[in-house]
Amino acid sequence: MTDVDRRDFLMGAGFAAAGAAVPTEAAAIARPPKEMPPQAVGMLYDSTLCIGCKACVAACKAANNMPVDIPEHLSDWNETTWDSAEDLSGHTLNVIKVYRNGTVEQKDREIDGFAFIKRHCLHCVDPSCVSVCPVGAMKKDPVTGIVSYDPDACIGCRYCVYGCPFGVPQFDLNNPFGKIAKCEFCRHLQKDGKVPACCDVCPTGASLFGPVKDLEQEIERRLAAPAGTPYRFPRGKLGEDRPPNVGTIPSYIKGIYGEHEAGGTQVRYLAGVPFPKLGLPTVGPQSPASLAEGVQHTIYYWLIAPLVAFAGLAFLARRNAPRPDADNTPKSQGGRS
Amino acid sequence: MAEAAIAPARPPVIWLHGQECTGCTESLLRSYHPTLESILLDVISLDYHDTLCVGAGKQALDYKHAMMEKHKGKYVLVTEGGTPMKDGGIYCKVGGKTQVELVREAAEGAAAVIAIGSCASWGGIQSADPNPTGAVGTQTVIPGKLVINIPGCPPSPYNFLSTVLYLLTFNRPPELDQQNRPKFAYGRLIHENCERRPHFDAGRFALEFGDEGHRQGFCLYKIGCKGPETYANCPSIGFGDGGFGSWPVGTGHPCFGCVEKETAFRKPLHALSTVKTLTPPTAFPQVDAEKGQGISVGAAAAVGVVGGMVVGAGAMLLKQIGEGKKSAPDSTKERA
Amino acid sequence: MSIAAPLRRNLVTPTTLVLAALAVIGFLFIGMRLIYGLGAVTNLNSGYSWGIWVAIDIFIGTALGCGGFSMAILVYVFNRGEYHPLVRPALLGGLFGYTLGGMAAFTDLGRYWQAYNILLPWHWQPNSIMFEIALCLLAYTAVVWIEFAPVFLERWRFPAIKHFLDRWMFVFIALGVLLPFMHQSSFGSAVLVMGTKLSPLWFTVWLPLLFVVSAILMGYGVVMFEATVVSNSFGLPSEHALISKLSRVVGWVTVGWLVIRWADLLDRGVVSLAFAGDLKSWTFWIENALFAGTAVVFLTPAGRASQRASFLGAVALLVAGALYRLDALIIGLRPVGNWIYFPSLPELMVTIGIIALEILLYLVFIKMFAVLPVAEESSPRTADRRLP
Repeated sequence: MTDVDRRDFLMGAGFAAAGAAVPTEAAAIARPPKEMPPQAVGMLYDSTLCIGCKACVAACKAANNMPVDIPEHLSDWNETTWDSAEDLSGHTLNVIKVYRNGTVEQKDREIDGFAFIKRHCLHCVDPSCVSVCPVGAMKKDPVTGIVSYDPDACIGCRYCVYGCPFGVPQFDLNNPFGKIAKCEFCRHLQKDGKVPACCDVCPTGASLFGPVKDLEQEIERRLAAPAGTPYRFPRGKLGEDRPPNVGTIPSYIKGIYGEHEAGGTQVRYLAGVPFPKLGLPTVGPQSPASLAEGVQHTIYYWLIAPLVAFAGLAFLARRNAPRPDADNTPKSQGGRS
Repeated sequence: MAEAAIAPARPPVIWLHGQECTGCTESLLRSYHPTLESILLDVISLDYHDTLCVGAGKQALDYKHAMMEKHKGKYVLVTEGGTPMKDGGIYCKVGGKTQVELVREAAEGAAAVIAIGSCASWGGIQSADPNPTGAVGTQTVIPGKLVINIPGCPPSPYNFLSTVLYLLTFNRPPELDQQNRPKFAYGRLIHENCERRPHFDAGRFALEFGDEGHRQGFCLYKIGCKGPETYANCPSIGFGDGGFGSWPVGTGHPCFGCVEKETAFRKPLHALSTVKTLTPPTAFPQVDAEKGQGISVGAAAAVGVVGGMVVGAGAMLLKQIGEGKKSAPDSTKERA
Repeated sequence: MSIAAPLRRNLVTPTTLVLAALAVIGFLFIGMRLIYGLGAVTNLNSGYSWGIWVAIDIFIGTALGCGGFSMAILVYVFNRGEYHPLVRPALLGGLFGYTLGGMAAFTDLGRYWQAYNILLPWHWQPNSIMFEIALCLLAYTAVVWIEFAPVFLERWRFPAIKHFLDRWMFVFIALGVLLPFMHQSSFGSAVLVMGTKLSPLWFTVWLPLLFVVSAILMGYGVVMFEATVVSNSFGLPSEHALISKLSRVVGWVTVGWLVIRWADLLDRGVVSLAFAGDLKSWTFWIENALFAGTAVVFLTPAGRASQRASFLGAVALLVAGALYRLDALIIGLRPVGNWIYFPSLPELMVTIGIIALEILLYLVFIKMFAVLPVAEESSPRTADRRLP
């Protein structure tokens, strides 16, 4: 018996699958990043404009037929009158949270200040949820870039919840027939030419809807202007003729959240307090989906490696497995008796 | 305080009118606690007041001068209305003298100066852009002297009278804020004490006058309420001593921030205010709040019991194996 | 030479009764979950959307079911026929590991009534690693049943079918090696999407390789464990001679695994995280110490010679592999937001119930079917002093 040959063969066939998967550099194996659809729509949330009124949360619930969310620890003073969602959940597609520090004196200040933050789906350019969904229940619209969810396809594996780098999709665990809940930019309203509910009601223009390209220019204008400059902040949808919110440019921190995170998103954030303090996770510029898919596509490239491995294994198994006519004792001995 | 208010020697008050609408006086005339007659007859001695003087012309002015002479250093000067400074102050004259001269003259012998209303406090409506007469508040006219500002358009007579009573009782002005407004009246943000605040927190807004939200009594922020940047006690005592609930927001109109220098007559009536929330509401979810279920007693017990059973079984097994170890390892050896 | 035969012992013993009771409790909670929803039974939350049902029942459970896979590599690929007596018990373990793992997966599915969507080609989403895992798991479960089918066919005497199956068994043997390679590595790939949500102590592009190799290791571990436990409990011929030969191979593979693991950690320069002193770093060290301990036991002649040490080594290997999976899925997780998770009592009871059912069915099967190698004379043993 030439064990050495066999071992070599095994290394060639059996480990080909895993072996081929292993690169020296993470970026080398990732599949190329995806491009933003040219007509992608997005949202800009400017934390410095937000007054924490939660009109967006209320409007979102109304527009999407979601019940109120009352956390257990608030239930004794709040029965069913007051929606006080604490986080995204199966009934809450967006939520306003607050960052507080020290004496909580001044808005948009990191030390002894506070700031508001709105959380909802960022509609990634290369969404993990779409990549991981085994049944294609999560889809990214090729034109608008909206990441949508189809409950009729969903099997409830919650891989999208697990995999989302921003912690957005939520499974309604308390409902035996629960489904995933995530912001879909009110695509049912957009069909009628309306603006997503949260941007529609935002009194200050903190939540602003519009094409991503235009939003990027708007962000540039805001960041270019020195703090204190009078500025007309658009409301509702960028380019729509609504009266603007007349104010002054606040002092922004450097950076735009969502520009590069996880390969870029269609929702952007501006703030006066560092993003990690606002609970926005620090995510690298590479989309997690591109790495996972890159590895998987390398292993299963046209199914070549598995098929070659199968052929080799079948050959070995046929040679080494006990012959059916050898005896009646099942699987008694191999070739090495 | 009661003693001070009914003291036989009623403190003399000289009340000057500049560029104004007499709304402050009108507001004072509608005071209910104390009532007007008790103010005039029991509390103060109103020696000169353009609107309320019995006499007129030279007679009234002579009496004013006489009283100023008589009570020099003891009277209280109240100014109502702004003072024009442009072109030598010629845009407001009484008895041939400009308002600037009148204020400076009266302030010299005054024990205390109170500016009533927003015009006297910082110029008010006539100081609004482009301010053609160069109107300013009383403090600017007499920079060396402390002026207690009771802004408002019109101000609450309750706040004015409380300040006067405080002066009489303690012989010193009440605690003032940076704009010389008494803190007892101007220390709290309307937004924090507003009866419509729960609607703001729940995101329920009137979007225009007469709409569903407006009829339901929702928050008026979106139609320009300046409550979020205005410090006044209107939510507690109402407006103009009219009683609880009787104030603009209570009747369905947004607050226009009359007591704030930078708000009233500076910002458009229905423009959004800057929310000066002192503290974010406690019901807001925290960014870093801990969520989820930790270990429960039952789960710990289950882990302990099953873990114990497994470890116990393993130990027993290990003991058995130990016995077997003595015999030489042999695949066909049968253990008895 | 030993041949397989049913043990023909009493099915009702204190052990089987306890296991049955645990299984019943577990299944009552599964019923509750199906009626009232996941939230009523589990402590799952938005931060930890996968709990122990996924981590233990599926990821660890199927890895423990890799005995058949690991032995098939050894026997059929490396042509080490002398290990053949260990194949059937290993397959049996795989049979239940995978079947019940699949059942746990079904229980864990939030919209289980639509689970068939995964089989409908117009729903297929080939980029999804979960899709690959799901189909591969289903296929492999079928393959294990087919591989094990001769046992039933012998018992119920269908010689024609058995003959046919034996002729084509090599196809299923090949699939039985290929498919676990695919889905056990895909379990690692499934975690790749976590990116920054998983501690760098576990997150690496090498995850697929580390997962599949540790699955093979756990497969050997479980074979050694089963062989030792069963032969001791039922007073069967000891397999120690075989095991000690096998353990040398396992020891070297374990060393190889550790080398890849640590070379990668050092290469990425994240070892400092292991000294953070938190739960993650402690479990990291426990996990690595267990792997290293296994290697030490299996690579020293004294360790291999001692049944007790070998048994402990096998247990250490199983715990190490299980902990590695638990770490990569739950303990090493850094969810968005300050989420905490510990399984609820009903959740634990479901997992315990499923494991109990696995052991119970294993015991029932070895007593009813020709699985275990007994003495050459095919007569059933009569001296059963160690009846559990």
